[in-house]
Amino acid sequence: MEDIRNILKNKILVLDGAMGTMIQQYKFTEEDYRGEKFKDFKVSVKGNNDMLSITQPEAIKTIHGKYLEAGADIIETNTFSSTTIAMADYEMEEYVYELNYESAKIAKEVAEEFTAKNPTKPRFVAGSIGPTNRTASMSPDVNDPGFRAVTFDDLRVAYKQQAEALIDGGVDVLLVETVFDTLNAKAALFAIEEIKAERNIDIPVMLSGTITDASGRTLSGQTAEAFLISVSHIPLLTVGFNCALGAKQLTPHLEVLSQKAQFGVSAHPNAGLPNAFGEYDETPAQMADQIKEYLDKGLINIIGGCCGTTPGHIKAIAEAVEGYKPRLVE
Amino acid sequence: MNTEKKYLKLSGLEPLIITPESNFINVGERTNVAGSRKFLRLIKEEKFDEALAIARHQVEGGAQIIDINMDDGLLDGKEAMVRFMNLIAAEPDIARVPIMIDSSKWEIIEAGLQVAQGKCVVNSISLKEGEAQFIEHAKKIKMYGAAVIVMAFDEVGQADNYERRIEISKRSYDILVNEVNFPAEDIIFDLNIFPVATGMEEHRRNAIDFIEATRWVRENLPNANVSGGVSNVSFSFRGNNAVREAMHSVFLYYAIKAGMNIGIVNPAMLEVYDDIPKDLLEHVEDVILDRREDATERLLDFAESVVSTSKERKVDLSWREKPLQERITHSLVKGLDEFIVEDVEAARLEAVKPIEVIEGNLMIGMNVVGDLFGSGKMFLPQVVKSARVMKKAVAYLLPFIEEDKDGASQSNGKILLATVKGDVHDIGKNIVGVVLGCNNYDIVDLGVMVAPEKIIQAAKDENVDAIGLSGLITPSLDEMVYLAKEMERQNFEVPLLIGGATTSKAHTAVKIDPQYKNAVVHVHDASRAVTVVGDLLNKRTNQKYVGVIKADYVKVREGFANRSSKKEYVSLDEARKNKFKIDWDAVTITKPNFEGIQVFEDFNLTKLVDYIDWTPFFRTWELAGKYPAILNDKVVGGEATKLFSDAKIMLAQILNEKLLTAKAVFGIFPANSVNDDVEIFADSDRNKVNTKFVTLRQQAKKKEGIANIALADFIAPKESEIEDYVGAFCVSTGFGTAELAAEFEKDHDDYNSIMIKALADRLAEAFAEYLHEKVRKDYWGYASSEVLTNNELIKEEYKGIRPAPGYPACPDHTEKLTIWELLSVKETIGVELTDGLAMWPAASVSGYYFGNEKSKYFGVGKITEDQVEDFAVRKGMSIEEAKKWLNPNLAE
Repeated sequence: MEDIRNILKNKILVLDGAMGTMIQQYKFTEEDYRGEKFKDFKVSVKGNNDMLSITQPEAIKTIHGKYLEAGADIIETNTFSSTTIAMADYEMEEYVYELNYESAKIAKEVAEEFTAKNPTKPRFVAGSIGPTNRTASMSPDVNDPGFRAVTFDDLRVAYKQQAEALIDGGVDVLLVETVFDTLNAKAALFAIEEIKAERNIDIPVMLSGTITDASGRTLSGQTAEAFLISVSHIPLLTVGFNCALGAKQLTPHLEVLSQKAQFGVSAHPNAGLPNAFGEYDETPAQMADQIKEYLDKGLINIIGGCCGTTPGHIKAIAEAVEGYKPRLVE
Repeated sequence: MNTEKKYLKLSGLEPLIITPESNFINVGERTNVAGSRKFLRLIKEEKFDEALAIARHQVEGGAQIIDINMDDGLLDGKEAMVRFMNLIAAEPDIARVPIMIDSSKWEIIEAGLQVAQGKCVVNSISLKEGEAQFIEHAKKIKMYGAAVIVMAFDEVGQADNYERRIEISKRSYDILVNEVNFPAEDIIFDLNIFPVATGMEEHRRNAIDFIEATRWVRENLPNANVSGGVSNVSFSFRGNNAVREAMHSVFLYYAIKAGMNIGIVNPAMLEVYDDIPKDLLEHVEDVILDRREDATERLLDFAESVVSTSKERKVDLSWREKPLQERITHSLVKGLDEFIVEDVEAARLEAVKPIEVIEGNLMIGMNVVGDLFGSGKMFLPQVVKSARVMKKAVAYLLPFIEEDKDGASQSNGKILLATVKGDVHDIGKNIVGVVLGCNNYDIVDLGVMVAPEKIIQAAKDENVDAIGLSGLITPSLDEMVYLAKEMERQNFEVPLLIGGATTSKAHTAVKIDPQYKNAVVHVHDASRAVTVVGDLLNKRTNQKYVGVIKADYVKVREGFANRSSKKEYVSLDEARKNKFKIDWDAVTITKPNFEGIQVFEDFNLTKLVDYIDWTPFFRTWELAGKYPAILNDKVVGGEATKLFSDAKIMLAQILNEKLLTAKAVFGIFPANSVNDDVEIFADSDRNKVNTKFVTLRQQAKKKEGIANIALADFIAPKESEIEDYVGAFCVSTGFGTAELAAEFEKDHDDYNSIMIKALADRLAEAFAEYLHEKVRKDYWGYASSEVLTNNELIKEEYKGIRPAPGYPACPDHTEKLTIWELLSVKETIGVELTDGLAMWPAASVSGYYFGNEKSKYFGVGKITEDQVEDFAVRKGMSIEEAKKWLNPNLAE
């Protein structure tokens, strides 16, 4: 299969949309989550979406398939929370390798099916590496701002384990995403660099931060440019932003990246901002319309969707992208 | 060789890009235990707040990078580095700049790199221990994403002349760029600045060699940077700051020209090059540039005649030298009370009458405050601090004014403020009072729980120009309606202002405005109060203004009438048939570990701190945003951070000195539901009903499949014969608040008076959260394995609910009477209910506990006549009384 780095030179690639939004529609019960393998598991696991790759693989495959059908070039593995740190919530730390490996494997299977159907449009799998639920730069204790609930080394070890399992499962790219604390991301990048050196491989890495709100900063307080500078020591495939904001609100921050980054630029915004009930109601047409602005300005190389986006959104985005040239990377 | 220009880019919370246009990047050096004895002492004594203040002072003073060094034999350097860098990360005004991690120990450097989210500078590595270690460290630094200072040092020793500086920097550069693949622009050479004019022959070229080597590096090693510690150069003139300052300036002048672009220099020890006296300049340049054989002797001789004038200054007090009015305005705008009495006294001596100081000097200052606030350049906490200074000044002047007899002040008007009968909440009202006071209105504050007759009487006696009513609980709305009616009946003409959390424009327009033919205005927040009152009291234009408001309210009423007529309701019977259904055979009901009543008389407040939800605290001060993001908010972040730090100081004081007392009572009882009631049994035999909770049911017509919920639906019905349970609680952290607030008010300190109340409210909510968790996990124990973060608690992600009477799931305040009787709340912990059924002290929370996993928060919404009648029967009230309490929920 052709190297994604080469394809990116001539083409804007489309990333898939939300996994969680799609899973919600299945209305899985506690029993469904447990499946056969975990039927006697010690704690409640409902809501642990990542484990569905093991207990409901057909559903996850179907979702991947829908996004590929809609025109996505890259699908993300169902592994956003599959680190020992995030899995501690469900006491599933010991299954982390399996979670990542199986998620990667099924995503790869579906992607290969689609590539086989149309070899001129090769499909890639990005191993999703989420931020975990802890932050290395901020204290959870108001009385002790110097306290940290997690260290760089804790994160490095956890990320390394996740990334190795994803690579073993066959992912083509690693995607460190929803970075709300740059220090967490730096630990992930450090771990990936270690793996690259140890295995003598050169797997492409995408990095995507999160601008939390109208302040224009990450949760840990950095501006878009400070964030970019803090991660530029790694030869990234793309740097970008996802989550928290809709396509419209993300525009000024993408412009910063587009002007300053020596890498490709990616975006996977939410389907607008949540309404009063926490639901996302930007339609595929509305979102694609916003993304037209990115395209007209030549801001991006990879585009997809985050919370609230569906195969409908991805289809609209894939159609919008047609005929546009990618942002030029020096 | 690749000659493309690349620039050193660093980051803290914000970027720092070092381009030819940046001229010279100054590194702050006071947070270095090797260079500052004060900093060393603070770190040793673990006085981290003061140590942080040094860092902050550096950044405020213009340092673009701060150097942190913890290398001291008596310190655990690694621990100190991590601790201090973590603390800096929590201070956005410091963390905005990049950090230079300064240590001779690799383990300290690595520990520092592991706690910095931004791109730092490592200070330093060198070839001193050989190539292998140099390469290993450089590789690591690259993986962590930092720039690096390379010392001109190798296996042989430190470079001390031009040739050695070039030799070592060239060798280091080649290894880094070619072998390690280190970005050249991330390399900074420290080419060793050594003292000149030491009297030793071999030191004569120390400065000029550095300068020339700098030029060579910048011309021959593409994109590399040059740095150095400047104060070394003048070491032999310690004690003569005038000469040292001149030496630093001259050295920098030439070194920067040669290409030095980063350095450590104390800005207070730097003379402006052009301001150096000609003769001194000549002597200094002779030494730095090694222009004469006898340069050192000549400078030494000359130095004795130069009188040193130190420029070191701790606090910038230059504003004290400005004219009197500017000083007074400065104190008011900045909220500084240190000099205000002194300045006001000076103004009084100049004035003909003491009252002129208030009407003139102070009002000029407060007008500036008002303008800045009005244009969004000052925020509420700052204005309240300004008011504190104003009050202090006025308090000082009052005795003189009274002596002067005929000194009636010319104020903008007199405003009566009161929290209505039955309600005890006054934070918002006090803020309005302060803001109006700042704008030269006289405030007649009648306090809380003020009966309507008293408001009417005081308005007449004081001849006020407007009346402002405040309230937080729903029964207060009716009090306001009543007062409007009374004002109409007694032919009042002054405007009526309505404010407080429970009030709304819609309610004011629909219910209050029609009662009073003169002006009625809903004031959405305190910052609007000034403009609203200004418009209402402006004799030229107020008729028009009132006309516009009245017309607007008519429109709101029409819109409301149209909307409410469209809403469909179902009968109570139908609603009951469509109750929230729980499959009682399928759910497990946990038998509580504890049944009965438990009292906490003096609970340890410290345990509650982690449970505080800070977001509403900022809302109280009208700063919009979520905690902790609000601390970094572009607009209000600075003020929010200050406010938060003041709050933490007071919180610490509350905890250390036990200024507030926390008390709680709760109970868990056997119970079953009967229709919409929850019957509570006297004991576990479940034969005798002790009392019952009367709940209200939603009556709005629902879509297919959506239930009409009442709280009773969450309890197993009696006929199911399932043994179910219900709980109730009351917590308070308000004991002591009123006394403390009164103390502060006595000192004219509204800021802290409001602060203590706001904190007590937060602690009460935190206590409710804490106790609920205890009940879920231990006392009742239905969620014994639950682990939630504070954030998840705030988002209410737990099982079971704790709805409170007076809130949407149970809008009926009279249920508090049932809880009070059931738990003997007043007798056990002393929290009382007012006529309007507000809790006193105000910082209290009460409610029920429902443990069923299906239970959830909801809003009852509007109910119809049939439920009111049914409710009255179940409660044993007259229909009129029932209507009075349920008024806000009656469908039209």
